Amino acid sequence: MNFLSGVAHWLTTAANWSGADGIVLRAISQIELSAAVIGASIILGVGIGFALGHSGRGGFFAVNAANAARAVPSLALLTLLVTWPFISLKGDGFYASFLALVALAIPPILTNAYVAMRGVNAEVIEAAKSVGMSSWQRFIRVEVPLAAPLAVSGIRTLAAYVTFNDLGGFIFAGLATNDVAEAFSGAFLVAVLAEGTDLVFLALYRFVVPVSLRRAGVTSRPTVRARTARPRASYSDVGELPTAV
Amino acid sequence: VLGGLLTFVDWSWIGANEGVIAHAVAQHAELAGVAIACGLAIALPTALIAWRFHWTRGAILGFAGLLYTIPSIALFVLIQPLTGYFSLLTAEVALTGYTLLILIRNVLTGLDAATDEIREAALAMGYTTTGAMLRVYLPLALPSIFAGLRVATVTVVGLVTITAFIEWGGLGQLIITGFSENFFATPIIVGLVLSIVLAALGDALVVLLERMIVRWRHVEN
Repeated sequence: MNFLSGVAHWLTTAANWSGADGIVLRAISQIELSAAVIGASIILGVGIGFALGHSGRGGFFAVNAANAARAVPSLALLTLLVTWPFISLKGDGFYASFLALVALAIPPILTNAYVAMRGVNAEVIEAAKSVGMSSWQRFIRVEVPLAAPLAVSGIRTLAAYVTFNDLGGFIFAGLATNDVAEAFSGAFLVAVLAEGTDLVFLALYRFVVPVSLRRAGVTSRPTVRARTARPRASYSDVGELPTAV
Repeated sequence: VLGGLLTFVDWSWIGANEGVIAHAVAQHAELAGVAIACGLAIALPTALIAWRFHWTRGAILGFAGLLYTIPSIALFVLIQPLTGYFSLLTAEVALTGYTLLILIRNVLTGLDAATDEIREAALAMGYTTTGAMLRVYLPLALPSIFAGLRVATVTVVGLVTITAFIEWGGLGQLIITGFSENFFATPIIVGLVLSIVLAALGDALVVLLERMIVRWRHVEN
């Protein structure tokens, strides 16, 4: 119990929360970095994935992007960026972290967005054509809404990436000074932020299923067969998993 | 780009540190291999339970998803009080944890893919649900299981580098070395390249294994 009380003590010490090196400011700067990473990877990943899926080009690249990127160790990518004089540790490491995280986050999002777009039922697209929609109208008004749920399940993959940096400092500081309570508390805060982010994306996932589909009790997700067809809004079940970091 | 990379790398460092590099590769492969084997040994029965007893499915996938979402550095530190500080067990338990979601998902996808015709045929032959699962649906799920094994292999080989922070790490040690020696790029590039090579080799090994085990797939073609 000595250990747990140490952790509880660390987490309830006011000095650890306030100040330039406190939890609050570190969490804020981490959330800033996360928001930037999320914004950039969604725009690029979903944009490129949807565009390729709509046009049907670059399929090999899009389908294999997620798996190829898995082989790249995140640690190597990050440290290599830091050794590059252009980037080094400018902005307290913001740019290196940003670039490494975006590079890791885009491939699974892109693959999921592509697969989602290709998964839109061909008959639906025929119907949209026959009512006179242009290619662009079809894309915006039919394909994007139908593909959105699956694409968002790809975006949920970001949860793990966004908790790397600032709160992680407590972990490294704790490991370096053998301060077990600090390292554990830092790891706990990081894990809470990761799971919290995941829940936010889960809510978003439920939100983007088009209302008409929700009412009909179906989603545009590919369902395997009756037994498993009940909607399960969890990326544990569908789509390309993120690269674990 | 290749020319730039060739001058960027300090080749004499590589020559002087051959032993260190070889040791890192061996440790890397061992850490990854044990984690993948343990992952499969846990994931397979767990997935069968999740499929057979449908009400356990949400909890099992939820727990595996929870593990997968926690960033690895945090997970190492979180389980240390139970598994020992800077211990091999900590590294392997965490690495194994990351394979679970990938493998369980793919086993379930494979089992779910048995069509109604297959199920009816199996039941008409007199199989119980559990018997049909083990003797009919599971063999049919093998391609999906191997697909998951490939993803898990590549993922774990990449993740092993992070165990460098708890003083294991295989090739991750080289990366940390380069980083702490004034951002010396050569060990980082060596670690990066060899880690990718190991991932590709592991992937090829799983494909080879699949070709040996799932023979009927290739008879068809």
